Amino acid sequence: MKKFIHDFQIISNRRINEDYFVLSLSGIQPLPEIRPGQFVQVRVDNSQNTFLRRPFSVYDVNYKQSILYLLIQIVGEGTKVLSELKSGEVLNLVYPLGNSFSLPDGKKVLIIGGGVGVAPLMLLGRWLREQKMEPVFLFGYRNSGLLVDIDLFTGFGKVHIATDDGSAGEKGVVTQHSFLHNVPGDISMVYTCGPEVMMKAVALWAENNGIPCEVSLETYMACGIGACLCCAQETVHGISHVCTDGPVFNSKELVW
Amino acid sequence: MVNLGVNIGNLHLKNPVTTASGCFGYGTEYEDFIDLGKLGAIFVKGTTGSKREGNPSPRTVETSSGMLNSVGLQNKGVDYFISNIYPEIQQYNTHIIVNVSGSTIKEYVMVADKLNDLEKIPAIELNISCPNVKEGGMVFGTHRPSAIEVTTAIRKVYNKTLIVKLSPNVTSISEFAKAVEGAGADAVSLINTLLGMAIDAEKQKPVLATVTGGLSGPAIKPVALRMVWEVYNSVKIPVIGIGGIMNATDAIEFMLAGATAVQIGTANFIDPRVTVKVINGIEDYLVKKDITDVNNLVGALKIVY
Repeated sequence: MKKFIHDFQIISNRRINEDYFVLSLSGIQPLPEIRPGQFVQVRVDNSQNTFLRRPFSVYDVNYKQSILYLLIQIVGEGTKVLSELKSGEVLNLVYPLGNSFSLPDGKKVLIIGGGVGVAPLMLLGRWLREQKMEPVFLFGYRNSGLLVDIDLFTGFGKVHIATDDGSAGEKGVVTQHSFLHNVPGDISMVYTCGPEVMMKAVALWAENNGIPCEVSLETYMACGIGACLCCAQETVHGISHVCTDGPVFNSKELVW
Repeated sequence: MVNLGVNIGNLHLKNPVTTASGCFGYGTEYEDFIDLGKLGAIFVKGTTGSKREGNPSPRTVETSSGMLNSVGLQNKGVDYFISNIYPEIQQYNTHIIVNVSGSTIKEYVMVADKLNDLEKIPAIELNISCPNVKEGGMVFGTHRPSAIEVTTAIRKVYNKTLIVKLSPNVTSISEFAKAVEGAGADAVSLINTLLGMAIDAEKQKPVLATVTGGLSGPAIKPVALRMVWEVYNSVKIPVIGIGGIMNATDAIEFMLAGATAVQIGTANFIDPRVTVKVINGIEDYLVKKDITDVNNLVGALKIVY
């Protein structure tokens, strides 16, 4: 897929909670195709200690209005600066980068996300619905304050929730959710993105149940386009690179 | 109309702006962003005798005004390069220069010998300065007799333009420049990355899997400028300046310090179009300063004692 470097204008910066925000970015018309699971490299201006671009999954795309959405968690100076951007300001993106989630064999799929790892799962849900699939979401958070756009996800499929403190949905980690104890037999794919420990547990569960599992990885990156070879990930085929061979991997390919 | 063309040994570059090995892949990675034919040359990824998997992760971390890397010369080996990559990149309308590395002199010579036969590869850059591999690499670049030995051995089998990439991790880089000049190098390029490290205080662990790595980016520019200036004043062969160039002004500073050409590395990660911007910026500078030939910038630093 051809890659681009474009300036986007911020339409809105919507605060979800203390740590999360969603940037709505207006781009060129028409936007190039962006597949679920792909990411963008954002240049963070006016942040002295942010030298490299920052990779973010594409949260959602509105092609009609040429709007791209990013769900971002504040973790350091760069994301803090991004969280303070105002509508009208400009953000430079290199995009669309990386591979994407693949189409399942059957209709029913399970999408498991944790924390800000739900970021690539909105566009995934939208795409799966457009392909006439029936996704079910299972999301885990530390507490109810971290829930993100559940109403929007619900538009694409049923949403089950687990929180560490029980303030929303079931109490406990997402991989212990009761839904997984009694899962329908016709699930043809599990997609997951979130903390590595969660994704490993999801992958193990999927493998034990004979269901293919695709995971979206996060790692330190420099170029984002396969030039520097910094984002190495060990796989059964040898060293792969998250930015070009990923970020989406079949869980069975990963040595992790 | 200003002249931007420069010569590195027998090799004529249409302009002095090239890309640093390891930061530009094989050029193909940047094709969507710029016209590669605009570049003076592309220094492609470090190539070794056989396939190398590179180092474990994490291989990179951002640091103040720069980054550390410890990729470890991951590449598929010279034979794969010749049969699979060379056919794809030889139609570029710019020079392709291969960065050559190895663990032993025998390996270096074998790679150089094979590349000597490739019509569209007019030069090699001998990498004796990679800080991220246990054997070879920087061992040759930080021990003068070894630097002389490997350069001499390659000079015997390689009859096109031979550039030697120098390590900054030495007490006197100009001694190494003089040594490889004496051993037959047509040019020197400098600097490779500075050996550095990053620590996670919370975990009390090193950030990189290899503990140490190579520092690049604007953080090293003042060191690189000083070294280019020292080497320019020590050798007669052309110097290619490398180290934290982010824009045309940086590139011009390197030329004033004595660089005939420059390599742009880490900046490509932040702006994949930076190389073309630097070419245009150098041209604008020359016009503004009423300088008709870019070569007039080389070593034109005015020092008043």
